[in-house]
Amino acid sequence: MGSLFRLSGEGEGFVPPSSNDFELPPVFGDNAFTTKPIFLVFLSVIVVSVFFLLASRKAAVVPSKLQFAGESIYGFVRNDLARDIIGHEFMRFVPYLFTLFTFVLTNNIFGIVPLLQFPAMSRVSFPYVLAIFTFVVFHYVGIRKQGLGKYLKDIMFMPGVPKPVYILLTPIELATFFLVRPLTLSLRLFANMFAGHLLLLVFILGGDHLFKGVLGLKLLSPFAFAFGIGLTFFEFMVQCLQAYIFTLLTALYIAGALADEH
Amino acid sequence: MTGTLNLVGYGLSAIGPAIATGMIFAAYISGVARQPEARSVLQPIAFLGFALAEALALFGLVLAFVL
Repeated sequence: MGSLFRLSGEGEGFVPPSSNDFELPPVFGDNAFTTKPIFLVFLSVIVVSVFFLLASRKAAVVPSKLQFAGESIYGFVRNDLARDIIGHEFMRFVPYLFTLFTFVLTNNIFGIVPLLQFPAMSRVSFPYVLAIFTFVVFHYVGIRKQGLGKYLKDIMFMPGVPKPVYILLTPIELATFFLVRPLTLSLRLFANMFAGHLLLLVFILGGDHLFKGVLGLKLLSPFAFAFGIGLTFFEFMVQCLQAYIFTLLTALYIAGALADEH
Repeated sequence: MTGTLNLVGYGLSAIGPAIATGMIFAAYISGVARQPEARSVLQPIAFLGFALAEALALFGLVLAFVL
């Protein structure tokens, strides 16, 4: 009985997946610019462009299936995200929000597409760049709308607050707008993709390792694989949700910068 | 067995934001249930609050990796 459930055969231990599994070697050459995540990002650009070009070509009053699919994604971003949150000036920001949503969504879903199976957003630099874009956009919009002085004054000195509170409130508000917002926007996406990919690795690699073990462990490995499959669907939900939240928060920040007072 | 206690500490520190997030969405759901037409007003507020609460968990995650 003891040997039936002994971990692995002859002292070979299971190496749990770690953050090192995200450091992929270059596909060809010897530089850092030909790694898998970079190719996946390029692939996502091609996939998104081709899909929406095909969907919007030959637009008809009675839509084809492809046109309907493209239009419902566009309609979701335009109506549920941009219009409901930003208000009457929303059309200016629809292109940015729509690009952001489809780009993040495609890259996230690459995490569970067979053969690709790597979410590019689990390398922190990609979310950083997207968050910098959003950071620049919402500050630029606010400054253009209200002027630099009034915009900063609204951030630092929120109206309708007793004077002594500003000692506490001003640093917090400044940090929120210039540090916390871009940082959390990127880290939220990164952390979710990173943790999700690691979770799948644990179950799939663990199931594989159990399968190589003695008989008792072989019987357990289907459960690990079944959990891996279940968690893949869970990951799909998380991936869509994170793309939605990233776009939603961008729209919220833009709406905040456009509002006359916060 | 090797590893770092940072991750245990992060697990403990994530309890706070987890409860906060749960409370925010509980309030949002009961608000929408009582007054369904207030959904579009409540949704941005709920997600802003959620983003702020989750920011704390994300700081913890960063520190767990950095320290």
